[in-house]
Amino acid sequence: MPNIKINNVQMDVASGMTILEAARLHNIELPTLCYYPDLGIKNDCRVCVVEIEGQKGLVTSCSTQVREGMSIKTHSARALNARKIIVEMILANHDSNCTACARNMNCELQKLAQSLNIEKNRFPSVLDKKLIDEGNECLVRNPNRCIKCGRCVDVCRSVQNISVLDVMGRGHQVTVSPAYGNNLNEVFCSYCGQCAAVCPVGAITEKDDTSIVWNALHDPDKHVVVQVAPAIRVSLGEDLGLPTGSIVTGQVVAALKRLGFSHVFDTNFTADLTIIEEGHEFINRVKNGGPLPLVTSCCPGWIRFAEHEYPEILKHISSCKSPQQMFGAIIKSYYAEKAQIDPKNIFVVSVMPCTAKKYEAKRPEMSINGRDLDVDAVLTTRELSKMIKQMGIDFRQLPEEPFDDPSQTTSGAAALFGVTGGVMEAALRTVKEVLDKRPLATIEFNDVRGIKGIKEASVTIQDKEYKVAIAHTLGNARKIAKQISEGKSEYAFIEVMACPGGCIGGGGQPYGTTNQKRIKRSESIYHIDDASIIRKSHDNPMIQAIYRDFLKEPCGHISHELLHTEYTNRKHG
Amino acid sequence: MELEQYLRRYPPEQTYVLEILSDYQRSKPTQHLTKDELKVIADYLAIPESHISAIVAFYSFFSMKPRGRFIIQICRDVPCHVSSKFDVVATLEKLLGAKMGQTTEDKLFTLEYTSCLGSCDGAPAVRINDTIHKSVTPEQLGQLIEDCRGGRHD
Amino acid sequence: MIEQKLITKNIGKIDPKSLASYMAFNGYKMLRKALRLGKEHIIEQIEIARLRGRGGAGFPMASKLKAVATQLVTPKYMICNADEGEPGNFKDRYLIENNPHLIIEGMTIIAYATGIERGFVYIRGEYKEAYDVLASAIEAAREKGLLGKNILRKGMNFDIEIRRGAGSYVCGEEFALIESIEGKAGRTRVKPPFPTTEGLFQKPTLINNVETFATVPTIIEMGGKAFSAIGTESSTGTKLISLSGNVRHKGVYEVPFGVSLRDVIKTLGGGAEKGRKIRMVQLSGACGPIIPEYMLDMTIDYDRFEIFESKTGAGAIIVIDDRFDMFEILVRIGAFFAHESCGKCTPCREGIFQMNRLLEKFNEYRATEADLQLLETLARTIHQTSLCGLGQTAATATISTLHYFRSKYIDRIEKSSLQEGVTNA
Repeated sequence: MPNIKINNVQMDVASGMTILEAARLHNIELPTLCYYPDLGIKNDCRVCVVEIEGQKGLVTSCSTQVREGMSIKTHSARALNARKIIVEMILANHDSNCTACARNMNCELQKLAQSLNIEKNRFPSVLDKKLIDEGNECLVRNPNRCIKCGRCVDVCRSVQNISVLDVMGRGHQVTVSPAYGNNLNEVFCSYCGQCAAVCPVGAITEKDDTSIVWNALHDPDKHVVVQVAPAIRVSLGEDLGLPTGSIVTGQVVAALKRLGFSHVFDTNFTADLTIIEEGHEFINRVKNGGPLPLVTSCCPGWIRFAEHEYPEILKHISSCKSPQQMFGAIIKSYYAEKAQIDPKNIFVVSVMPCTAKKYEAKRPEMSINGRDLDVDAVLTTRELSKMIKQMGIDFRQLPEEPFDDPSQTTSGAAALFGVTGGVMEAALRTVKEVLDKRPLATIEFNDVRGIKGIKEASVTIQDKEYKVAIAHTLGNARKIAKQISEGKSEYAFIEVMACPGGCIGGGGQPYGTTNQKRIKRSESIYHIDDASIIRKSHDNPMIQAIYRDFLKEPCGHISHELLHTEYTNRKHG
Repeated sequence: MELEQYLRRYPPEQTYVLEILSDYQRSKPTQHLTKDELKVIADYLAIPESHISAIVAFYSFFSMKPRGRFIIQICRDVPCHVSSKFDVVATLEKLLGAKMGQTTEDKLFTLEYTSCLGSCDGAPAVRINDTIHKSVTPEQLGQLIEDCRGGRHD
Repeated sequence: MIEQKLITKNIGKIDPKSLASYMAFNGYKMLRKALRLGKEHIIEQIEIARLRGRGGAGFPMASKLKAVATQLVTPKYMICNADEGEPGNFKDRYLIENNPHLIIEGMTIIAYATGIERGFVYIRGEYKEAYDVLASAIEAAREKGLLGKNILRKGMNFDIEIRRGAGSYVCGEEFALIESIEGKAGRTRVKPPFPTTEGLFQKPTLINNVETFATVPTIIEMGGKAFSAIGTESSTGTKLISLSGNVRHKGVYEVPFGVSLRDVIKTLGGGAEKGRKIRMVQLSGACGPIIPEYMLDMTIDYDRFEIFESKTGAGAIIVIDDRFDMFEILVRIGAFFAHESCGKCTPCREGIFQMNRLLEKFNEYRATEADLQLLETLARTIHQTSLCGLGQTAATATISTLHYFRSKYIDRIEKSSLQEGVTNA
């Protein structure tokens, strides 16, 4: 255990630790910029430089390991001056029109500049204005704000293994962009938004749909309803002053009501519906000899990835729409009929932890009448948080309010959709119990839980053994897709989520998501399931009712019209 | 030689990307690379397009704009600068009727700057395609241009 | 006799295109001797010789050899750094073009000592002639069983592959070079780990300069002790000096460490051109300090050069006479680094760009006192916080002139305000 001194305070630290880790452990705040937990050390912003007594020059604390007897000065004149001038250099090549930026007041560069007390920049602006990439439904890339930290390139390459972005050029002219300076919609971007989730500034952000939603809410002719994804209830609180993983389901409903939505629905309801549909799809495929494996379809990032790079496996993907889309379809048919509202006047908003859902909602197949889209606007967790703040709502003081029917009743299985392994577990609970024709001995399927990149499990149904797999991150999705493409997949059923940890790690989640936070959010999801009265989708009486009254039978004619979709080979543009 | 033949010279491994790009680009009279060609090379080496685009953008040798059959590179670093008894840039611009960075109308010559050519013992030095010419004079440059035009220079 | 030709001894006599010619001058005899004396002996001699890397950093070769030799991870790689992009340097080109087999022999001796079977020569793309000469030599050596499997029937395997750069000076930096061979952009890596543990393809890698490898046969021949008796206490042996600029006889000169700069410039180089006076000299390359004429009695020595706070071992001397304005020179140096910076780290990517704008102000008589202060702070920051050797040395020239030629800055500021006064009047 090396003994070191940081700013004259002695401390014992674990060997192998970096100066940054040692400082943070002892609550000494060391500014960083390119550093991001869970991603590899970049060592390129040079903001975290510190002085080591007796050593010439400065060293970066993110990459320098502690050694016995080291005496570190984090805020010596030299370190501070270096930090200041480095940040001034960055600002001189940065679009500092902060009030126009989505990250205003929530930006790592702003925080840094403020902590360094930079009043006047000694450097003139040398920003060469570049074009903004806003040609897609989900993400906006503004290279004028990019500080070339490399986090987005790293997450897209080493976690998602899609490598849409790279660093182009040399020296001052360096930019981060897709191949040949193309826009995101011109390359194989899945819109997963992991790049936006790790960006320290406003260089990549989600497309802001809050204005569209405000307009709808203010339109007296529109009946504006909203649905809330499973992951939101364990994540939104984090952005509004509550600890990570706080379960805030009731407060989310209350907030949405105060924003002006006439009805607040729980997407968990259509998660249950998805299980019924997809469960029967699985049963049919097993009966008809394939095509197996059946692969889940609720993740639009995964769908886009498969359409781009492995279109030959599209026939394996479930034809079920995602819960978001199923709900839109149900609202504009079943609900509209019951409430006697013209579906043309219903504006459906969904709140999702996801950026790709904005694209999913705009896919032309996602329209039951072939003209009007089932879901009209998608807000990320971050956008909802913004709207709540705009409205001046004190989220923590809100009472708990219930979702509106038909989604007042949902199962614990539905809540699991928010985590990796959750869709699989929900599906297995139903498929096994329905086929075995006897109650499950154990409700939990522990083998499908956890953060391992690809999980495998074995389930016995009707005395037959079925292998299943669960993959999260597109890097692991690629391995699965390749296996299927090469005919080497031994699984009967596979769940794929594009984001690390599943939806609770989505591209639209509160900034600063780390593995630790993902685990905390997942724990809350499992807690919600544990505490639910109904644990399995097929036990949900409201689901039974919708089939009885409307859909008639799973995978039947009406289901196919409303709740199923198609995919497109997008390999060649 | 066709692009495919250049690819076959090397195993399909990322480590050979510079070799393939250099050889293939050099073989073309326009001395440049197109997106389609880069896609073929990227697919062969199993690397993403963003990556091969990044390589082409990083290394000075590569161009995505068509260039002349003869690329004339002028060193502008200190040893050549202080050793030049005449204005190399002005001389070449006049000889060719084109400015630095441009290609002549007949598509024969492109004028570029280069960093030090490691030929400071023969400063000023000028590189024409693969050959570095040392201790150049205006007359020599004129002759070299003629040699290029007459097919006596690679 | 200022020159001491150890490694350039037979240049001019040997036909670089003929292996037989090299053999006639005791070619590959030292390889045979080394194979006889054994691995430990070779490394021991290099250690006794206290051979320091000749590419610029001056790192003791023996430390690297021992580090790689003891690595159990395989395969291990050797890289001969022939990227020589430092302005003012051409000694490596000179060696390759005139005596390629010396380098091959040196590499093979070291390969044997360290258990390396695969070597690369990374040569800059512009050196076509050198590449051709080296490629032929490698081919000839292979044919004669001096490279490949079971060399000289002593059971050792070693072969060399040449890789060409594509116009990037930063690829002379060891990790940028490794990235380049791996087929990526030449951007350095986070250190540690260092190449000797995780280098090329994440395997133990030995990287050394052309001249360093070329020195190995000499050390085997005369023994480490005799080698260490040449030169100075901190810098043993001889150094190839690339002499260029405003001097009568530009060229490569081999001198023992400890000779003075003036010795090289005047005695070997013939001094300034007729009618001209030496105004300043830049050492090492664009990455080096610019010093005034009165400092030319300084001796060439790694430790001496440390006063400039920069690695100064590549050995270039660029002479600049009284025709040239200091700021004009600094602007050129700045433009070089701006063009060659890889763009990864902030102080180099943004700092050099900003520094150049300030230098241009001085060059164009638009400079103020505030500019001088900012330039000084900026140069120091670039020097102290850049990630790799390029950024760390990009400001050396500027910093040295701020020290040795400060009056020129003050004078230029005065003239700038006069100029401003004239235009504003």
